[in-house]
Amino acid sequence: MSEYLVLSGILVVVIGFALKLNPLLVVTIAALATGLLGGLGLGEVISAFGAAFNDNRYISVVWIVLPVIGLLERYGLQQRARAVIEKMRGATMGRLLLLYLFFRQATAALGLTSVAGPAQTVRPLVAPMAEAAAEKTHGKLDEKTREKVLGMSAATDNVGLFFGEDIFVAIASILLIQGIFQTYGIELTPLQLSVWAIPTAICAFIIHGTRLLMFDRSIGRHGK
Amino acid sequence: MITLDWLYILAGIAFTLFALLSAVDRNNGKRFGNAAFWGLLAISFFFGGYLGDFLNGILVLLLVGLAGIGALGRGDPPTTSLEERFGLSEKLGNKLFLPALIIPVTAFAGTILYNYTPLGESGLFEARWVTLILLGLGVLIALAVCMAWLRPPLLAPIDEGRRLMDSIGWAAVLPQMLAALGAVFALAGVGDVIGQIAGGIIPDGSIFIAVLIYALGMALFTMVMGNAFAAFPVMAAAIGIPILVQDYGGYAPVIGAIGMLAGFCGTLMTPMAANFNIVPAALLELKDQYGVIRMQVWTAIPLLACNILLIYFLAF
Repeated sequence: MSEYLVLSGILVVVIGFALKLNPLLVVTIAALATGLLGGLGLGEVISAFGAAFNDNRYISVVWIVLPVIGLLERYGLQQRARAVIEKMRGATMGRLLLLYLFFRQATAALGLTSVAGPAQTVRPLVAPMAEAAAEKTHGKLDEKTREKVLGMSAATDNVGLFFGEDIFVAIASILLIQGIFQTYGIELTPLQLSVWAIPTAICAFIIHGTRLLMFDRSIGRHGK
Repeated sequence: MITLDWLYILAGIAFTLFALLSAVDRNNGKRFGNAAFWGLLAISFFFGGYLGDFLNGILVLLLVGLAGIGALGRGDPPTTSLEERFGLSEKLGNKLFLPALIIPVTAFAGTILYNYTPLGESGLFEARWVTLILLGLGVLIALAVCMAWLRPPLLAPIDEGRRLMDSIGWAAVLPQMLAALGAVFALAGVGDVIGQIAGGIIPDGSIFIAVLIYALGMALFTMVMGNAFAAFPVMAAAIGIPILVQDYGGYAPVIGAIGMLAGFCGTLMTPMAANFNIVPAALLELKDQYGVIRMQVWTAIPLLACNILLIYFLAF
């Protein structure tokens, strides 16, 4: 039974997120609880936590784009993105995001995962364009619908990235799969693995794409 | 050779400037909290490699402490009004997109040039981080172009960056924190216990149920860990390899590749994958911090079902 004690950290996380406590606090308590119940000393847990935090600094490097994005917003970038969409005929939110989904999947499949993202493209361009397109077809959006449109913009970025990147042979997840199978004496090539990411990529495009086009219509019903 | 460390120095400089300007921002009642938080991050970027594990751990605890007691506010740096922005947008026209496109285009064209021309043999960039380094280069070029063209006040890029940074707040470091939690989980053997449980509930003889538990296990464990990379070694070792490949003779590339993608469906549904799900919600200033996840659930669930069927029909 005692071996299940290390799962208490998971419980802390689930309860903490459900209660919407500060996630940084939840994560830290979960780490301390897991480490201590798993038989590590307090110093060891803190060190392990610190080492892993340090190794993952590259995740937070992307914030260096914010001064450029902020500067362009100061000079009306978001308003410009909206103006372009307002002039474009036939541009609905669904079609626009469908195009972005394709762009994101295609570039990720070429290994270009950092060319787009929430800070680089979604906030300055995709989200304001999607909002403008939705307003163009459906009139002024209520607050709830507006949040959905913005949420869908970020969601489309994620779906495109996740189900495009594994088609690229040199991505970390492909190398991880190869490594794990190798430890069991099963030799796989990265190309074999990346080819079998294609069926799921197609399913993702169809499922999410259909939802985007349906979202267009459902706003039409509620928006007026 | 230009390495990831150069980017860390660039990020360190940016966060130092965010911290300094936060400290003198009298419009923010919690200005010293913001200054301390961004300052600690600057220290992490500059000196993280030299501090040693324990001091890095203390640095993390200080960050968490600041966030936990609500020490961060939002700065209100001088900027243009909404009317001014509409005016500027009309005046400057579509040329405004060019600096914004410099960043992705530099990363895109640069990576392709570097990988498919002799340029790559020069060893100019650290191979693993080419795109990210080029992204940093794109930021510097775009910044130079903006400064020369738009001639904003000298501190404007930092003030505007700080405005966005403050709107994200402590969520900016949550992804990094969760990656660290994953490491502690691994050290304490959480994965092994989950693997035992999942392996223990599979009945003999049913390939479909084994596939189902493998894929659902990937998705669920990914939701808990926030990362399919943490879930994959566990589920592959518990079910994927011994049961699906070795006992039932399933085709290994399909079980590996699509198993991982079943995990990615879990990533779409969990706040633990903060950099994809929570940070964008903060960045877009949504009221609901789960606003992005809500829009993803109904893509993730049907797609997970597709993955289960794909494994079952393609591997067997």
